[in-house]
Amino acid sequence: MSEQALAPVSSGNSPKFSGGPTTSGASKTRSSKWIANQRKLAPWLFLAPGVVMFLVYVIAPIGQSLWISLYEWDGIGVKTFISIANYIELIDDEAFYTALYNNVLWLVLYMLAVPAGLLIAIFLNQTVTGIRIYKSLFFFPFVISQIVVGLIFSWFYAPNFGLFTKLLEFMGMEGIAILADERFVTYGIIVAGLWPQIAYCMILYLTGLNNVSPDQIEAARLDGAKGWKMLWYVIIPQLRPATFIAVVVTIIGALRSFDLVSIMTSGGPYGSSRVLSYYMYEQALSEYGFRMGYGAAIAVVLFAIMMVFITLFIVRMLKDEREGY
Amino acid sequence: MFNFSKVAAGSFAAAFMISSSAYAAGDLIINLDQTDPAPKKAFEDIVAGFSKENPDVNVIVNTMHKEGYKTSIRNFLTADAPDLATWYAGNRMAPFVNAGLFEDVSDVWEENGLNEQLKSAAASMTIDGKKWGVPYTYYQWGIYYRKDIFEEKGIAVPTSWDELVAASAKLKAAGIDPFTIGTKALWPTGGWFDYMNLRVNGYEFHMDLTAGKVPYTDPRVKATFDKWAELVKPGYYNANHAALDWQEAVPALVQGKAAMYLMGNFAVDVFKNGGLKEEQIGFMQFPEITPGIPMAEDAPTDTIHIPANAKNKEDAKKFLAYMARADVQTATNVTLGQLPVNSGAERPEERILQQGFDMLSNAYALAQFYDRDAPAAMAKAGMEGFQEFMVKPERADAILDRLEKIRTRVYK
Repeated sequence: MSEQALAPVSSGNSPKFSGGPTTSGASKTRSSKWIANQRKLAPWLFLAPGVVMFLVYVIAPIGQSLWISLYEWDGIGVKTFISIANYIELIDDEAFYTALYNNVLWLVLYMLAVPAGLLIAIFLNQTVTGIRIYKSLFFFPFVISQIVVGLIFSWFYAPNFGLFTKLLEFMGMEGIAILADERFVTYGIIVAGLWPQIAYCMILYLTGLNNVSPDQIEAARLDGAKGWKMLWYVIIPQLRPATFIAVVVTIIGALRSFDLVSIMTSGGPYGSSRVLSYYMYEQALSEYGFRMGYGAAIAVVLFAIMMVFITLFIVRMLKDEREGY
Repeated sequence: MFNFSKVAAGSFAAAFMISSSAYAAGDLIINLDQTDPAPKKAFEDIVAGFSKENPDVNVIVNTMHKEGYKTSIRNFLTADAPDLATWYAGNRMAPFVNAGLFEDVSDVWEENGLNEQLKSAAASMTIDGKKWGVPYTYYQWGIYYRKDIFEEKGIAVPTSWDELVAASAKLKAAGIDPFTIGTKALWPTGGWFDYMNLRVNGYEFHMDLTAGKVPYTDPRVKATFDKWAELVKPGYYNANHAALDWQEAVPALVQGKAAMYLMGNFAVDVFKNGGLKEEQIGFMQFPEITPGIPMAEDAPTDTIHIPANAKNKEDAKKFLAYMARADVQTATNVTLGQLPVNSGAERPEERILQQGFDMLSNAYALAQFYDRDAPAAMAKAGMEGFQEFMVKPERADAILDRLEKIRTRVYK
């Protein structure tokens, strides 16, 4: 056990790691090096799979997108370097601005899912017989695939036979083909997207409400708080972690609003419901597309927008962690 | 014993011959984009017939869904090429030809006399003076109309633009949409633009336009739009067509809410499945607009090609020659319900097909279709513009300006 002296075992390290008496000389030095550094190495070893995945599947593609966006390339032919010509074209592309505007609309209106989810969560946060069934029913839209949601709403909006048209007619108005009208189409799709998103926010708040401390509510009651004041000053501050997650998933959901656009309108009529992610797909990968460089340039813009939010979240999270939330 | 060894030697030799020829011929892999029952059956028959004549070739068919195929072809041509792949004529095959992914098959055309037999489609299969595949079927486009409704309202089949507009006005007054269309997938608008432009300005101009030689701001293109507006502005198309697929526009015709449908011949099957009887369906050539301009037609051609990376090109060429043969094309197109390209093939028996066959035989020239004649990026933007025009005809100038901007970018 003389080598134990050689191994600068850091405090708190269990002695069982310091080699046994039967180990041979060569392996003794190896194991002692390992012992010397294992505190430093272990985290990296545990992180390694994640870091490798992150590098290969996240960082490298970002770099590739940036790289491809400087080229003109149809995916199979010759790549031609055109420097920032794709970005210059974007600046002069009406379709791009339509998509950008729709993305902003999505971001703003999708946020309604957060208060709506909170409202439903508070409504469902009571003890009545069978409340679990109601809760699961309210959560149901989120369980359905986005594609199915899109199909359901396409039928709902369908001119002539759709439920929405029938409703309007019942109220004495003329039916509107929401998905064929450039004025309403994006709103129509956002409503379809809100349906499952509200359910998602609701479930986040329901779990959050379980953790609201009853003592504080009790104390607030004694101080005479009720109704809105109770909600605003006592409940909502305690739901902060839930709100944070709800906002994050809603923003991400809004920015990747691809499936609903694709299934409900394919970006139409004449491109008026496109969002950036769908425009990128159209330019780079769809039947009439295969402009990889231009698609990549759109992707880079979308990434830049996301980066703003991601940075905000990360700063916020770091701050919270330092403050010990 | 002697006999036995002789037999053994013989069978050994035979076995060797079979195995060696099998080695030389090997498998012939075909990638197919036809999953509908009729085309699938047609190809099964072709493969069966080919295998009978070439028993040493083992044909393997991979069938893929049509829309998915359009994306996957780019992958399999580069990564894991089959020996044959179906695709489309005209500009739609240009990216693959230019990228060197399709094999030059001019020799197949030369050796089998296809330059004569497939003459009508030769131009659409030629790039840089070489042939890049073999056409096996095409179909006519035109106006399908409800014969019974026309008779009931006392409307004669229009033969001129004025008659068509007059017929539309009469139908509209009777509460029937003159035309039904579903433009959600955009391409049905291409058929309309093709015919309007072919009839207003003629084939040469249309080809120059789709080849990017003429600006979209040219007054002649504007003239096409102005004529088209005569149908759009009075609301002679069904409302909300931007929300419908082409199949979803069919019920209006079946229920008698609409009377005419400009479509390809593949729609007849859908009409019949929807409940229309044979005698209710009429077919007419798109009427003349500018008098004296020779009538050209849309006739999209489906083709089959040899990928440049194919392993068994020898048998693939045999297969191409087989598919181009007059008797094979006759049989194939009877099953497909479409028209054979080979001029030696027999005239179809079905009434509407016969009409189409005669129309195309007398056509001045054949266009493929807007999205096959124009390059992809232009086609997409163009058809989006046509759709916008069909909803907001007052924006014609803005649309044409936008298309012109895209044209200058696409055709550099």
